[in-house]
Amino acid sequence: MDFSFTEGQNKFRQEVRDFLEREIKKGYWVPTCDAWVQGFNPDFTKRVAQKGWIGLTWPKKYGGQERSHVDRLILTEEMLRYGAPAACHWISDRQVGGAILSFGSEELKQEFLPRIVRGEIYFGLGMSEPEAGSDLASLQTRAVEDGDYYVINGQKTWTSCASFAHYFDVYARTDPSAPKHRGISEFIVDARSPGVTRIPMVDITGTEAWNDIFFDNVRVHKKYLVGEKNRGFYQVLHQLDYERSGMERLMGNYPLFEALLQFVKENKLSRRPVIRNKLAQLQIEFEVGRLLIYRVALVMDEGRAPNWESAMSKAYCTEFEKRLAAVAMEILGPYGQLTSNSKLAPLRGMALHSYLGSKGYSLQAGTTEILKNILAVRGLGLPAS
Amino acid sequence: MKLTLNEEQEMLRKTARDFLTDKCSKKFVKQMEESDTGYSRELWQEMAELGWMGLVFPEKYGGGNMSFLDLAVLLEEMGRACLPGPFFSTVVLGGLPVLELGSEEQKLAYLPQLVRGEKIFTLAWSEPGYYNYSAAAIAVEAKPENGKYFITGTKLFVPDAHIADYILCVAKTKPRGGFTTFIVAAKTVGINCTVLKTTAGDKLCEVVFDRTPVTKDNILGRLNQRQRSLQRIIERAAVGKCCEMVGNLQKVLEITLEYAKTRKQFDRAIGSFQIIQHCLADMATDVDGARFSTYQAAWMLSQDLPCTKEVAIAKAWASQASQRVITLAHQIHGAIGVTMEHELHYYTRRAKAAELAFGDADFHREIVAREMGL
Repeated sequence: MDFSFTEGQNKFRQEVRDFLEREIKKGYWVPTCDAWVQGFNPDFTKRVAQKGWIGLTWPKKYGGQERSHVDRLILTEEMLRYGAPAACHWISDRQVGGAILSFGSEELKQEFLPRIVRGEIYFGLGMSEPEAGSDLASLQTRAVEDGDYYVINGQKTWTSCASFAHYFDVYARTDPSAPKHRGISEFIVDARSPGVTRIPMVDITGTEAWNDIFFDNVRVHKKYLVGEKNRGFYQVLHQLDYERSGMERLMGNYPLFEALLQFVKENKLSRRPVIRNKLAQLQIEFEVGRLLIYRVALVMDEGRAPNWESAMSKAYCTEFEKRLAAVAMEILGPYGQLTSNSKLAPLRGMALHSYLGSKGYSLQAGTTEILKNILAVRGLGLPAS
Repeated sequence: MKLTLNEEQEMLRKTARDFLTDKCSKKFVKQMEESDTGYSRELWQEMAELGWMGLVFPEKYGGGNMSFLDLAVLLEEMGRACLPGPFFSTVVLGGLPVLELGSEEQKLAYLPQLVRGEKIFTLAWSEPGYYNYSAAAIAVEAKPENGKYFITGTKLFVPDAHIADYILCVAKTKPRGGFTTFIVAAKTVGINCTVLKTTAGDKLCEVVFDRTPVTKDNILGRLNQRQRSLQRIIERAAVGKCCEMVGNLQKVLEITLEYAKTRKQFDRAIGSFQIIQHCLADMATDVDGARFSTYQAAWMLSQDLPCTKEVAIAKAWASQASQRVITLAHQIHGAIGVTMEHELHYYTRRAKAAELAFGDADFHREIVAREMGL
């Protein structure tokens, strides 16, 4: 056991902090909750790319740095601490790039990875459908072979970052006669292809959080099939393990946590035992979540895909995020209900935003119920229900 | 960063688990709970021969020169086995403060006998009253008189004082904030010890000091220490207790898993029901949280880093998580789990005792609040 970081890692963390503080000082952006998934800032993504911080763990020949997953976690932890607008590259960096690396052809790797690393292209995910949520294997979007092409028809939903995405990572049924887990394939689809339509969806906070994406006879060349035909479901499970692995599940609302602590100190609320107790409990839960997530990065550094480990950390951490928002709302009392554009709204309205937004955290990337199933069956060896 | 044990620690764990599986059956635990002394001299001597008492002490005192982190592994196994007896008292509450505070002369006098398993130690810290685990609450006084000190007052929940050879007694020596740790032979006149009846049968004692005479030689370290410099004793004790709790909870998780996999109702293993699976998933998360936060604090202690906050986080988490885990374990076991016939009650009773030892979650949350600058 060793809970320390190497000197290099400490330096790296400091370097990231210095970079982000400079950015804030220059007024490029303001720390914001959920900025990892809602902060679209192509210039920021470019500057991050220039530092070499996209695709940090990937092979050098595709533009990566071949650094460890703990290093990447340090990077993302700091991005989240400062509420940096990293949404353009977050999903590609976290999971799509890794999926291409794990399953894609050499041609696909050459075509996409260097451009992701340079911050030039962004991806959205085409997984969920209106009738396929937790039961993802029942998805209905079809991809039918037609010469050198697949023709895709169907609807995807809950796609984050879709308005900005250049490409979608789409899962579609290629063999309807096979058992449902064995007839799905993964494709990279150009978002500007004829027949692709995006319809924004506004979430409970009033933010355009997702899009519905419609595919109407969208033609995709066969070379954009990722991995093996009909193995897509196994590939998506692998990718989801990465989707759940990170610090954004714990620190998506970190700017609120920090602002809340500041607020109670400034308003002399921190002497009240009830408030001390609540905030200390949050801190305890936060630190435990952080350790659960570092464990996930260490699993990845051993060369294993995290599975029940990321299910555990994600399920735990999203509950923390809900409690953080709930405590913030309790402490603010009636002021908590004021929206961010109200003149009296404390903490820039972040508490309300988190309170509403956090209801979705335990749904996206696998509901808490699905995650606990994974932990129970895969981690604890219980019989499938 | 590394969150797994090294090879040496894995070996220590295996040795400890094998030994305790062999020597510390639940039947033995029950006998010890019911006995007056609460431990077996024979087993004690075997543990000394395995080098367990000396594990964490430097070689020059006959010890194994290993770290607090290594000791953590051993304590976890002891918690897993519900090992009765004065190991925790002797090593964590007695020996480590001697090592930390004692003069070279004192270390040479006390530690080799401890390491050989010849002498039993304990710490008399807490006192009657509520909510008083910090040194500030200590009211037992040692008053100077003719070149001696006379200790008067009552210490409560002192583990294993009834069999101890030496008691470390923390007493007030200055009206405002001067505390001194005396190492006192338990046979000294004016010490009266009563074993309390507790749920875990773990021999917590009431120790009444009635003008117990001690001399300057009995002072461990310096006279009139500030509260802060004694806090390390309690921090170490809290983390040591967390280690035992991790072992306890890991075992409870395993027992419950096994039960859920084999117990059939409605023609299927109850562990195939999602409601049971989710309870077990929550238990596993609580146990891993306890494990990592505990080992983080243990690692910091063995690196001699300041870790007041991390210790408080570990103990607050383990205290609450243990209650959640135990409650779910009982619910999943059904009625068999609340019988004396089943082994779960050993863990339930010990988890409660551990939660209450060295500060519960409320106590440690307040420390975390202070460390957060609140």
